[in-house]
Amino acid sequence: MSAFLSRFALRGRSLVTAVPLLWLGLFFLLPFAVLAKISLSEAAIARPPYLPIWDWADGVLSFAFNIGNYLFLIEDPLYLMAYLGSVKIALISTAITLLIGYPMAYVIARAPQHRRNLLLMLVILPFWTSFLLRVYAWIGFLKGNGVINNVLMWLGVINEPLVMLQTDFAVYLGIVYSYLPFMILPLYTALVKLDEALLEASADLGARPFSTFWHITLPLSLPGVIAGAMLVFIPAVGEFVIPALLGGPNTLMIGSVLWNEFFSNRDWPVAAAVAIVMLVVLVLPIAVLRRAQSREEEAN
Amino acid sequence: MQRSLSLRVAAFAGFVFLYAPILSLVIFSFNESKLVTVWGGFSTKWYGELLNDPQLLDAAWVSLKVSTISATLATIIGTLASYALVRFGKFRGRLTLGGLVTAPLVMPEVIIGLSLLLLFVALENLIGWPAGRGMVTIVIAHATFGAAYAAVVLQSRMGSLDIAIEEAAQDLGARPLRVFWDITLPSLAPALISAWLLAFTLSLDDLVIASFVTGPGASTLPMVIFSKVRLGVSPEINALATLIIVAVSAVIVVAAWQMQKAAAETR
Repeated sequence: MSAFLSRFALRGRSLVTAVPLLWLGLFFLLPFAVLAKISLSEAAIARPPYLPIWDWADGVLSFAFNIGNYLFLIEDPLYLMAYLGSVKIALISTAITLLIGYPMAYVIARAPQHRRNLLLMLVILPFWTSFLLRVYAWIGFLKGNGVINNVLMWLGVINEPLVMLQTDFAVYLGIVYSYLPFMILPLYTALVKLDEALLEASADLGARPFSTFWHITLPLSLPGVIAGAMLVFIPAVGEFVIPALLGGPNTLMIGSVLWNEFFSNRDWPVAAAVAIVMLVVLVLPIAVLRRAQSREEEAN
Repeated sequence: MQRSLSLRVAAFAGFVFLYAPILSLVIFSFNESKLVTVWGGFSTKWYGELLNDPQLLDAAWVSLKVSTISATLATIIGTLASYALVRFGKFRGRLTLGGLVTAPLVMPEVIIGLSLLLLFVALENLIGWPAGRGMVTIVIAHATFGAAYAAVVLQSRMGSLDIAIEEAAQDLGARPLRVFWDITLPSLAPALISAWLLAFTLSLDDLVIASFVTGPGASTLPMVIFSKVRLGVSPEINALATLIIVAVSAVIVVAAWQMQKAAAETR
């Protein structure tokens, strides 16, 4: 009887694991195999717009791998520029987000308990409202006759409206603005655990505030810094909406290149190749790094 | 105290940065003038216009349906995955499941969208399903990445649950399913609600993935907003944004208040 029951429990268990495994395998893992396959096929004017990479004729299976899409990515400097441009924009915005987010997280973590929750809620609240609409809000702010220009001209700081929309500056601003909560939350989690006695001890021993920060606060909050930086950098690298709405014609980001390759040029194989390179060059290293870091944390 | 003051000023400036654009969005939704940034007097006419825009209303309805179904699916998948990961110890496929659950969190949206679309197209050619693309394919896509976020919320909560209560129920003769239904699920309720809300919001908000996997006839709200916004600012969108902000803030404030009350009761 108990053997029967435990076998029943075991079957229940495998059902519990099978459902998410199957779902994620089918709709998350398998798509990458299809993506890789199509990045190796040739574009064609057909439905769907690519040729098969294997052919079964007269009992012979023949393969036609086409690495032309990848060669194309190397030959046309546009793609390299777009990859580098994305990394540059994502890195700089991550740094700015850290500079703005750190003091905010610090003040929240040091605030009295009852106020802490309110401040945290104020940080999270914008995240729950529409991302698209928050980016949209900046168009009204940055436009030629937008809020910032109107205020500056009214104050007499400038005579001519500044060109801010459709520049890289606007893209940085949009990314920093949209992903600031993702930086503040992990920083807060790290800083709130910090023992205040350490800071007092350091001050008692004669360390200047900056020295205390540099030698004690910052190293102890490093896991939060790394987690926050990744949460900002990864989506920023593949960002499409922000450069599309705030950026100009010179803003080159790989997310927009992939989007245009797919929706405007309708070249599915090249779009797939762009995605595969992005995956291998940008996403995998970060995923591996993240894994190593979380292992290290578990070990401690 | 000087250092603390400058820190506070910096933090305050940060909050101004977070809220100034949202505030101006709300203010200009009540602007009489069509020019979004020049004040022309108080008016609620854009809200009226919004309610008479069938394109936006249809899209909102599509979005609500997609988000409700996909968030429910995501919560179910996320619950099963977290339960396996937190409770089953070592089992075959654990590493794969753990990887599959966290990977969507670090995957750029454009890649998820494109690869899923290519899968749907390949599947349709191979087995005839899904026949065409539209709401069903968007729901599948959203349920998939929603499950990853739901699993994050649920795993941390499950990790802190007291396993002794479940063991007690089991010792008293309750079957595993009954333990799960009567003990585990009720104590997970707050986490389930936050996981569902998170998946719902992410689905409601998604433009990129939905644009890839949709077909003719199924436009979600973000898609319609995006195409309107690309043509320039419009007070109608400001009015829509204001309604969303008010609704979201209300839900968050009520949820936070409830949670605080629950926390105070357990104390």
